[in-house]
Amino acid sequence: MSEKIHKFIQNGMYILLDVNSGAVHVIDKMIYDIMDTFDGTNDDDVVLSLRDKYDEAELREALSELHELIKIKELFAPDIDVPPTFSDIGIVKSLCLMVAHDCNLRCKYCFADTGDFGGGRELMSAEVGERAIDYLIEHMGHRIHSEVDFFGGEPLMNMPVVRRITEHVRKREKETGKVFKLTLTTNGLMLNEENRKFFNDNNISLVLSLDGRKETHDRMRPDAGWHGTYDRVLPNFQKMVASRDGKNYYLRGTYTKYNLDFTDDVLSMADAGFDILSIEPVVAKDMPYAIGESDLPRIYEEYDRLVEAYLARHREGKGFFFFHFNMDLSNGPCVAKRLAGCGAGHEYMAVAANGDLYPCHQFVGRERYRLGSVFEGVTDDKWPEYFRHSHVLNKEKCRDCWARFFCSGGCHANADLFHDDIREPYEVGCAIQKKRLECALMVQAVLAMEKEQS
Amino acid sequence: MKHIKTVNKPNLQESVKKGGCGECQASCQSACKTSCTVGNQVCEK
Ligand code: SF4
Ligand code: SF4
Repeated sequence: MSEKIHKFIQNGMYILLDVNSGAVHVIDKMIYDIMDTFDGTNDDDVVLSLRDKYDEAELREALSELHELIKIKELFAPDIDVPPTFSDIGIVKSLCLMVAHDCNLRCKYCFADTGDFGGGRELMSAEVGERAIDYLIEHMGHRIHSEVDFFGGEPLMNMPVVRRITEHVRKREKETGKVFKLTLTTNGLMLNEENRKFFNDNNISLVLSLDGRKETHDRMRPDAGWHGTYDRVLPNFQKMVASRDGKNYYLRGTYTKYNLDFTDDVLSMADAGFDILSIEPVVAKDMPYAIGESDLPRIYEEYDRLVEAYLARHREGKGFFFFHFNMDLSNGPCVAKRLAGCGAGHEYMAVAANGDLYPCHQFVGRERYRLGSVFEGVTDDKWPEYFRHSHVLNKEKCRDCWARFFCSGGCHANADLFHDDIREPYEVGCAIQKKRLECALMVQAVLAMEKEQS
Repeated sequence: MKHIKTVNKPNLQESVKKGGCGECQASCQSACKTSCTVGNQVCEK
């Protein structure tokens, strides 16, 4: 049976999530204990089982509060089935352009194998890039907004083409009335004055890769000569962010087995002057830095620490925005969106330097997943169909998971990497995802209550 | 209520009827992108 509720204790706070409504209740220990037994109909069983621990009148009172929640559908809300939108014809929402299958860093955990995706080092031509934009416009249907991501490898290694593609995007916007949001992810090494100006003038969002503390960063992100890069990229990032008033960027890092004390890395980013942050677990198999089952207890502890640090900074007036704790509990995406997942392979695709289409940036180079190319279109219909239908309700593990409406089924690429099957989620990823969600729900509960009090 | 404090106005059940307009972004959640895990998104409507 699918889980209808999830209760947990996060940093001393008792929380009850009603899975199918999305209601978040901060509860006391008594309700927490009651929910071990309570199913909406068995008040007497509850009283019987807890009579020794609590006063009966108090228990009855608590139960009546729970019944009120049931009445307004914020407890044991009914299961949600596949929304009708899933049967619509697929449209392409966004593309990731692998403008450079080449990189000037040698990050040890890089999924692209130091940039070349296991193939040759290659740069995208302007012709391929422009064709990709046209392909997107032809397939985005009635949708007005679309996202295009310059990615690699290191996209700054192919700046002339990034510029050409951007020009093309702006021209096509005028012709079609569509609106494109452009993003570029960079390691920062080649982020100079000229590039800065270009990104600002063209309103390109930036994702900047920094792993936190200098020692953490330099250990995993050396350059091609195996020298650390922290001291070179940090000032570039600082100048970049200052030049756009601290807006329109993300500073993101990866943590590995080597820095399970990653709260210090997040704080180090904040201390370096950034306040839009994210850090994520490395995904790797059989590597010394890989994260495994046995690291989970330590990782959970660290997220507790991160929550504490996050709230402490917030209260000191030195708060920062942490991607995974940011969540709008009242105006989140609709159920259709929540069930559909990341969109890889149908709504979202990656374009390799030569124009080949793949389900997403992580699949580039996994040949059996090649979908076609921007010139000939999608030639293999079976994969887009399969990805489209690989939503939460079609994944056995996800269907019953309490996190299903927040996680939407995990990363297909990771599932493929670990299980050769995009419908079988990667367990360590699930465990971390769930912990992060508990933290986020707690943080949001605290912030909501603070707001109410003030 | 004495024992329970609900901190949000949930919209999941409602959105079954209203949602699905498709204007929202795709939502990759891989480490290298940090674009948008679905739970961290807002509705575009
Ligand atoms: S991917 Fe994992 S955490 Fe996410 S919904 Fe599926 S089982 Fe739950
Ligand atoms: S499969 Fe994974 S990496 Fe690819 S778009 Fe989906 S979440 Fe992102």
